[in-house]
Amino acid sequence: MALRRILYLLPVLIFIGVGIGLAVGLTRDPGTLPSALIDRPVPTFELPAIEGMPGEGLRSTDLEGEVSLVNVFASWCVPCRAEHPLLMGLAERGVVINGIDYKDPAEQAARWLEDLGNPFARTGADRDGRVAIDFGVYGVPETFVIDKAGRIRFRHPGPLTPDLVNTEIRPLLAELAK
Amino acid sequence: MIWRSALATLLLALALAAAAGAVEPQEQLADPALEARAREIGQELRCLVCQNQSIDDSDADLARDLRRIVRERLTAGDTDDQVMAFVTARYGDYVLLRPPLRAGTLALWFGPVVLLVAGIAAIMLRRRRRVAAEPFSAEEDRRLAQLLDHEKAP
Repeated sequence: MALRRILYLLPVLIFIGVGIGLAVGLTRDPGTLPSALIDRPVPTFELPAIEGMPGEGLRSTDLEGEVSLVNVFASWCVPCRAEHPLLMGLAERGVVINGIDYKDPAEQAARWLEDLGNPFARTGADRDGRVAIDFGVYGVPETFVIDKAGRIRFRHPGPLTPDLVNTEIRPLLAELAK
Repeated sequence: MIWRSALATLLLALALAAAAGAVEPQEQLADPALEARAREIGQELRCLVCQNQSIDDSDADLARDLRRIVRERLTAGDTDDQVMAFVTARYGDYVLLRPPLRAGTLALWFGPVVLLVAGIAAIMLRRRRRVAAEPFSAEEDRRLAQLLDHEKAP
């Protein structure tokens, strides 16, 4: 008798289980992909500076020894413009941000940084997008948090939001700086 | 007759176009054997921008870059597995259109089979229970006949 009662309940339980699974699935962003590079060292690379800009470009060894952000951006990328003030704000607070300029004509990239402000400690020009592929980038903008040992600790595809900066990135930076 | 050959030509053209996908002529390798391997690999790799297309089917910039990288690695003498490993090291298993068999993907691979077997087992169990129902006793037979008679009578 008890067994039969459980059998009658089974469809309801399965329905609730599937419902919870689907509800959780709905809250997840299908655009956000898992990164294969979390806790791995940054790929080895060497990028020249944006033509006509001061500085020496960006290489992987620059990312060792300090906690930093790496931001992949492009002047033609509209969401990059949206997240730019957040990067400026972080730079003002002393966060080291290095930029990778993705498939961008030099003069447009230079004008973009001149007009909107330059939050980057160093900037490398990735003309053919190869270094971005080594980072597993599939669209600009993307932001990585690099620890002192030069390992990737966090990755966010898409534009940064104030919420993300305050609840995830800044606490992580503070923890890694210890 | 003319219609038939026209149709055949059209079908052939469509078949060739489908095989080429978004791979443009200038991207292709001169060596047909290497190009064939590049096509095979390209069909297996997901374009991360338009996630349900392979890099061979996609016109996205990133897909073109990945097609070029696949061809470079092959030309440099990599095996197919080495090329796949190169791409998955950067983009993870997600880039594979056919998920690999791992502990974490067991449910994905065998879930449907398990469900099917469980369903068949459930149906067979019910069947057997129904067949195993006891035959009527003499008393029950008489009662049944009585009821049927009663139904017919009025």
